[in-house]
This record gives sequence, C-alpha cells and structure tokens, in this order.
Amino acid sequence: MPTSIDRAEVQRLVAAGAQLVDVLPAGEYAAEHIAGAISLPLKDLDVRTASRLDRERPVIVNCWDYQ
Amino acid sequence: MSPRAAWRLESLGFREVHDYVAGEADWFASGLPREGRDATIPRVGDRARRDVPTCGPRDPVGEVRNRVRSTGWDTCLVVNEERVVLGRLRGTAFEADLDTAAETVMEAGPTTFRPDARIAGVTARMRERGTSSVVVTTPDGRLVGVLTRAQAEGSSVGD
Repeated sequence: MPTSIDRAEVQRLVAAGAQLVDVLPAGEYAAEHIAGAISLPLKDLDVRTASRLDRERPVIVNCWDYQ
Repeated sequence: MSPRAAWRLESLGFREVHDYVAGEADWFASGLPREGRDATIPRVGDRARRDVPTCGPRDPVGEVRNRVRSTGWDTCLVVNEERVVLGRLRGTAFEADLDTAAETVMEAGPTTFRPDARIAGVTARMRERGTSSVVVTTPDGRLVGVLTRAQAEGSSVGD
C-alpha cells in the first residue's frame, strides 16, 4: 500500500537513493519540476514506461498538490 | 493524480511506493531546487535577505533595539525556537521601556510571502501599498528572510 510522505521524508529518501517521479503532463514538467524528478505522466504510465524505473529502489510520486 | 499513480506503480510490481501528497506546490513554496523552462524566473526567495535580525518573544526591547541598530536594520522579526515568525518589531515598538518583552509590542502576524512567489508580482504589490519590505516564510511559517523594495527592484541597496 503506498504511503503518504511529507517534504522532509522526500528529502531523506531521495538522499538515500529513492527515485522521484513527476506524474504531471509532459508540458507541465517541461515548464517546471522538482530538481532531479523523472517525468512519467500518469496518462502514459504502463509496463513499458515504468520499465524506465528501477524496481529495486523506492519510488516517490508527485504532482502539483493534493489533487 | 499522484495517489492514482502510486497505486498504479504498485500494481505494476513496485514494492516500495510513496506519495508526496503536498507535491510541487509545497516543494517550490519552501524554496527548494526546481528545474525547467520557468525555473529561471526570479522569485522572492532568490533575493530575500537572510541576514534580517531576529529575537525571541520574551527578549527585552532595549537589548533587541541596540542589536538591531548595530546591524543597520530598522526591523526585527520575532521568532520562536522553530524559527516560526510570530511578529515584527519596527518603528515605535523600539521606543518601549527597555525591559518590555518583544511580544508585548510586536506587530502580530505580519503578512508573509512564499519563496516561490514571482518577484514581479510582489514588487508591484509593494509599490501599490507603499510597502518597504515583506516577510518571506516557508508554508509552515518558518523564516526565510525579508525582501526589501530595493532588493525586489534589483538594487543592491539595503532596507
């Protein structure tokens, strides 16, 4: 079950090797995103696109806010 | 959107998935690093002065006044032990009796801006309202600094 985390935990996990994934549309990612985030838009998320990620490392997903 | 993505990744076999629910809005508003086409647009946090004097709510005004004046500032922010902004001292507040606690004469709850607010918009608002400086904090109220009108307009002159 995915866990909700806050900013401090994001920083801690990323420093430990977690992958930060921006699931917003590509245009929004191009405009601005968290430094170091990978673009993987929700609408394109499937087995093929997810293969870009390392399954052995934690994944953190983010969008704009609570929506 | 991110909760659905988190569940989807888990269904695709990822074992450890987290959801940063507050998202970019929270990250940017905290002044943390950003990338992308718009990342170079000047923001309040880029020019806010971090050297603004601070004091605790129970610090005596006399001691605070002397310290503030020695730095060349005319403002002091009252913060707690977590650096959360409680109020501001300026002007006549410094004329209180020497032993008066800062919290007694501070302006409580000054208006604050987030570090990711665009400089142009904040500068326009400062001009409209005749404001010489604004307080910059993270979303959880922690002090980042003070943006003076001079800094906002690109001058190197202080407050």
